[in-house]
Amino acid sequence: MKYAWYPGCVSQGGCPELYTSMAKVCSVLGIELEELKGAACTGAGVLTERNPELADTLNARTFAMAEQVGAPLLTNCSTCQGVMSQANAKLQADAKYRARVNGHLAAEGLEYKGTAVVKHLLWALVEDYGLDNFKAKVVRPLAGLKAAPFYGCYILRPTKALGIDETPARRRYLELLIAACGAEPVDYDGKFKCCGFPILTMNEKNSVNMVGTHTLDAKGHGAHCMVTPCPLCHLNLDGYQIKAAGMKGQQINIPILHLPQLLGLALGLSAKELRLNHHIISTQAVTALAKA
Amino acid sequence: MQVTYLVKRLNPERERSPRFEQFSLEVGEYDSVLDGLIKVREELDGSLALRCSCRAAICGSCAMRVNGEPRLMCKTRVRDVAEDGQVKVEPIGNLPVLKDLVVDMGPFWEKVRAVKPWLEPPPEKPEREYLAPNEAMREVVGALACVMCGACVSNCTVWEVDPNFLGPAALAKAHRFVADPRNSDNAERLKQLGEYTGIWDCTHCFYCVQACPKDVAPMERILALRREAIAHGYTNHNGVRHSDSFAQSVKQSGSLNEGRLAVESQGYLNLPALLGLLPVGLRALRAGKMPSPFHHKRPGAAHVKRIFEKVEGPRS
Repeated sequence: MKYAWYPGCVSQGGCPELYTSMAKVCSVLGIELEELKGAACTGAGVLTERNPELADTLNARTFAMAEQVGAPLLTNCSTCQGVMSQANAKLQADAKYRARVNGHLAAEGLEYKGTAVVKHLLWALVEDYGLDNFKAKVVRPLAGLKAAPFYGCYILRPTKALGIDETPARRRYLELLIAACGAEPVDYDGKFKCCGFPILTMNEKNSVNMVGTHTLDAKGHGAHCMVTPCPLCHLNLDGYQIKAAGMKGQQINIPILHLPQLLGLALGLSAKELRLNHHIISTQAVTALAKA
Repeated sequence: MQVTYLVKRLNPERERSPRFEQFSLEVGEYDSVLDGLIKVREELDGSLALRCSCRAAICGSCAMRVNGEPRLMCKTRVRDVAEDGQVKVEPIGNLPVLKDLVVDMGPFWEKVRAVKPWLEPPPEKPEREYLAPNEAMREVVGALACVMCGACVSNCTVWEVDPNFLGPAALAKAHRFVADPRNSDNAERLKQLGEYTGIWDCTHCFYCVQACPKDVAPMERILALRREAIAHGYTNHNGVRHSDSFAQSVKQSGSLNEGRLAVESQGYLNLPALLGLLPVGLRALRAGKMPSPFHHKRPGAAHVKRIFEKVEGPRS
């Protein structure tokens, strides 16, 4: 099982623990990764907003690289997944537009033929690897751990480009994986909502308010931690949680795990290997449970 | 088919918090969720309060949430949404509930009125009618499809934390006039829309795009308003600096330089805001999560730069 791995900017910047845990988890599961080292940023929606053709061209370049590898693209970021799914839907549906975009890629000898498949680790594990195969690799079931899923907007909406209209179960995969790790998924209002990260610099008050609302919601439903497939959600929910606690006038202290970190614990990797010590909100409550 | 409706009910005169009531009923294969609700009211409980009128997705009065998703109930078939024979119906969110499934649309209309929902033609009158090119009107027609049902506001993630936000419906309406070539006061409108509670507060969550039963795609119109605002020279905003810094960083290195983005979004001379970044920066540093100040170029960065130059032109 091989993928063209697109780690994205944040796992190589503000969340190095995601890069490490993703690579380790895939290695334990026997998933071969060929990293696309020269792939550019997806534009995270910001470049699409400025100039859709520019963002689509950068993503078509990545798709062409994956076609050369001859394997589906694997991401570890909800935002990358969403932006690439939307770009891919456009490029695959409109051959004329694809030809125009390919015109911008010709200088480097690249051409996107329209065959790329883009999958987040979340989707790949359920759809390609198989939950039963994953469960067979679990050596440390996380019994007693209550984990609240937090998906990230871009992996949920718009449902058409993300293939959720055909596969509605994609809205439940996090719960399935949490359960496959032996932990208990926590249901609460905030799981499909926005973490606030995109407006952090435009309206910090609203952004931090979102962090406080969803973390307290998860905690109020008994969660020991939150689990997210999106490093941007992680940056806000982890990085701004202390500020949110101040705003809400309440202690929060709920660890925010990247999806591969939770999986890694169940697969027997150590907290250190998963860099769980590199969080702003301490993850000790989770690692203590995993040890017990 | 036999289904169970779980209906969220509240009578504020007698209850403090809402409760779910269960109704078992038989619905036809092509029945809408609204057909079922009317059946409940007519045959099972005459006290159920709901709004509806045209039953043909034109009047916009029957927006509610079914299994959490805001939709027009007359346009939603029971068989498409029933999960294990169950349909959960709630009033749309973010607006005060008057009774059961009926909300107070007052705050919704207040926002629509705030964006001046009418055309301001130029003072000099044309000899005959005002003419608009077909191409320009095509953009406007999409927003004209709005039936003011409030589905987009229901799950708006910004409205939820800040009820002052103008919201997707009003901002889409604002775009309808800004995009109209017959309108004459765009500069003034865009200045106002760029302030707090306006276009830069949208968080890109796509809920409104997903919810709209008429494909107005309010978020896309908010983004179009941002581009218009920038084209009119309203660039002194963190949102514009954020976008510029993002683009420069990807153009120069192929990837995003997060540290630079945080600083440049505030502006190098905005000392209070930069000092405000310090506590978060220090925490990140302590956790070993601070992005390196030395941002490396990705392999192939030169090609990325050429793509920028080719597609964006000399402006970048």
